[in-house]
Amino acid sequence: MNWTEIDTWIVIIGALCAAGCAVPGTILVLRRMSLMGDAISHTVLPGIAIAFLVTGSRDPLAMLIGAVVVGLLTAFLVQAIQSLGKIDVGASMGIVFTVLFAFGLVLMRQAIDHVDIDPDCVLNGAIEFAWFDQNPDGWGIPRGAIVNGVMLVANLFFMLLFYKEFKITAFDPALAKSQGINPGFMHYMLMTMTAATAVAAFETVGSILVVAMFIVPPATAYLLTERYGVLVALSLGVGVLAAGLGHLSAITVPTWFGFSGTTTAGAMAVASGGLFVFAWALSPSQGLLVRFLHKQRTHAHILAEDVLGIFWRVEERSQSFVQTGDLPSALGVSSRVLKKALHQLLKQGEIIQCTTHLELSQSGRMRATKLVRSHRLWEVYLDKHYPQDANQLHHSASRLEHITTEEMQSNLGDENTDPHGSPVPSDVEE
Amino acid sequence: MIANHSISDVRVDFPSLDQIVKVLLLEDYNTRVVVLGVMALGVASGIIGTFLLLRKRALTADALSHATLPGIAVAFMVAVSFGGSGKSMVWLLLGAFVFGCIGVLCILAIRHTTRLKDDAAIGIVLSVLFGLGLCLLKIATELPGGSAAGLQGFIFGKAASMVASDARTMLFVAVGVLLVTGMLRKEFTLLCFDETFSTSQGWPVIKLDMVLMAMVAIVTVIALQSVGLVLAVAMLIIPAASARYWAKSIMSILFLSAIIGCLSGWLGATVSALIPRMPTGPIIVLLCGFWFVVSFVFGTNNGIVVTQIQRAKLNRRVGMQHILRAMWEVSEENASSTFRVDEIIRLRSWKKLAVLQLLARAEKRNYVTRLPNGDWMMTTGGSIEARRVVRNHRLWETYLIHFADIAPSHVDRDADTIEHVLGKDLVERLEHLLDSSYDLQSPHPVGERA
Repeated sequence: MNWTEIDTWIVIIGALCAAGCAVPGTILVLRRMSLMGDAISHTVLPGIAIAFLVTGSRDPLAMLIGAVVVGLLTAFLVQAIQSLGKIDVGASMGIVFTVLFAFGLVLMRQAIDHVDIDPDCVLNGAIEFAWFDQNPDGWGIPRGAIVNGVMLVANLFFMLLFYKEFKITAFDPALAKSQGINPGFMHYMLMTMTAATAVAAFETVGSILVVAMFIVPPATAYLLTERYGVLVALSLGVGVLAAGLGHLSAITVPTWFGFSGTTTAGAMAVASGGLFVFAWALSPSQGLLVRFLHKQRTHAHILAEDVLGIFWRVEERSQSFVQTGDLPSALGVSSRVLKKALHQLLKQGEIIQCTTHLELSQSGRMRATKLVRSHRLWEVYLDKHYPQDANQLHHSASRLEHITTEEMQSNLGDENTDPHGSPVPSDVEE
Repeated sequence: MIANHSISDVRVDFPSLDQIVKVLLLEDYNTRVVVLGVMALGVASGIIGTFLLLRKRALTADALSHATLPGIAVAFMVAVSFGGSGKSMVWLLLGAFVFGCIGVLCILAIRHTTRLKDDAAIGIVLSVLFGLGLCLLKIATELPGGSAAGLQGFIFGKAASMVASDARTMLFVAVGVLLVTGMLRKEFTLLCFDETFSTSQGWPVIKLDMVLMAMVAIVTVIALQSVGLVLAVAMLIIPAASARYWAKSIMSILFLSAIIGCLSGWLGATVSALIPRMPTGPIIVLLCGFWFVVSFVFGTNNGIVVTQIQRAKLNRRVGMQHILRAMWEVSEENASSTFRVDEIIRLRSWKKLAVLQLLARAEKRNYVTRLPNGDWMMTTGGSIEARRVVRNHRLWETYLIHFADIAPSHVDRDADTIEHVLGKDLVERLEHLLDSSYDLQSPHPVGERA
């Protein structure tokens, strides 16, 4: 790997662009309008083409105005077709942006085919060459960095200026309206920010990365936090990280397989996707892993309680000792899982190993008594209030017994026998 | 031709009549292939797009088509590394199909295992897989032995490079889609209109959904070559969305949508064959957009012109009923059938101009006449009509007071919203209900039955 000043600038430009996109992106994702970002970054193309045709130059201001106007037109048309034409918003979006994008492609082919904006550049951008595009008096700072940096600052400025309004409209548009915030104004301001960001970013990084940066970092952050301020900060961080990782992998990963490198913009999109998958799997509050472990723990907990319940019932009927060989089929688990559960119970001291068999310890018997008491009280309660089949009664109670707190149990009444005729064990003193 | 083209030159070179005839009659082999291919695509996407639209899955299809790009690149790389040509259409399409399905599965996984909603899931899959596709394509161009240059064509379509076998594939797929849709029409319809009901009836909803999305994937894949993956979704949803403005029954929507798709394909291919520098895919999409605008504006079912006319008619009728009721109430107070304009204005606080306009319309319909002293007088016909309107209003007020527990001071407004749409049989039922059951107290005399 041969890291140069150019690579540093590529990462800086990518990071500025990603951070700039993440700001309006958070609201787009929260308001479930992510695909508006997608639609608008497509319709930047006809905006630029029209501006180019009208002015005959690549004046950035003209292009910005053209793209913002067409972006707002997109937002307006999507809403108009949705409400006047009575079709769902997805279809309306699909119609508007594809037609406008097709129009842009035709315009480009018709008149500006031989100039340096071409469809491939639209998608890929030219971030690899952005460093060479410098203003003479730019102190060595590439134009792409200036444009995206200005956009980031502008977005942050508007975000801070309307922080409260954006926050309320993002989470509860109805509340926002009742608080005197004009939802229409906020909507079109967001659309303006989105379009301006898209056009600023588009020239350097291409439209596909714009879409990724609008949606993926905020979505990733959304899996990690519950607070809006943190969400914005995390989105910025994820965007910047994706830019760095993206460029790094673009120039290193393909070389492992003997290729020279790949497109940076695409790799940045993939890197943001990788970060998303990372958060999806490992988020401490709602990641797949955490939820899997939680589920496992719940399963183990319930299984342990069920085992204790069986020991208690066998003791109650003063049959012979529990045959551990029969337990797996009685509980519907594999013998391996059961062995683990028994081992765990032994370790906790809930059951003890006698010479030939296992039996409940003092604390285990107390826990089991509570459980069976809950079970039978639930059966009484359910039978009284929701009469049902005896078998069904048992199943419902078997589920409820595991989630019964002391307080719930004390409200279940104080019967002495359950509907099946078994005695309800009396409450045990701790 | 291109060499001496200036930036601001936007002239379109129009073809001669001779060329037009030649293209229309499909004399040219290339044109014939392209036209047949895109027409088949139009039929297939029009039909399957109808179900997609009704199922509100338009943008899922967009993600699906973007997700095909890495599939194309991977298929190319695999084919090349096994010594194949890398451009064999079957393999590329297979790769595209597989990745399209992966994309849809990812969307479902994100939606069901995170708190993100559909839109974010679609956006993530669309942009990340497309980015991956771009990366892989770039790498593929470096593979020895196979030139990947043509693969870029799938992004924006490259209809001009279609050959007879491609057109045959498209026809084959179109026939396949027609057959499957024919067999599963009832099931798909049920799936689109009432998923819960079909689940409760024991239909294999998930399997049907998978069949539908697989068909969408197939159609998207064959659209890649002619319109390109960015615009493939347009071929699916725009014909269907346009057809919906003309028809209500699913059969006629399917039929119309297929025709619109087919027609746009044919016209688009023709235009791009005739006029230089007109890319086929975008032109087809623009034509679809044209049909959509026409349908959206003039369509007989929810088109905006029809809707506006209906609304205007209703407004006129409501306005007339308002003025009749106002006249009746004023003359009730005056105990004579003559009244003055300012009396009505005082009663209702309407604008004078609006009242005068309404009175002029009432005069035209012989409900009122203008007396020489400037006052107005209800005619016999007018008072019959006014009495009917007032009676409906008061019947409804009475109903609201007695059956809906609404305070007498509030019923006037509520009655106002419903009185205009009371039909004859509804009035009869109201009369029956109010006559028979209670000792009624109306805020005003209800009036005798006409």
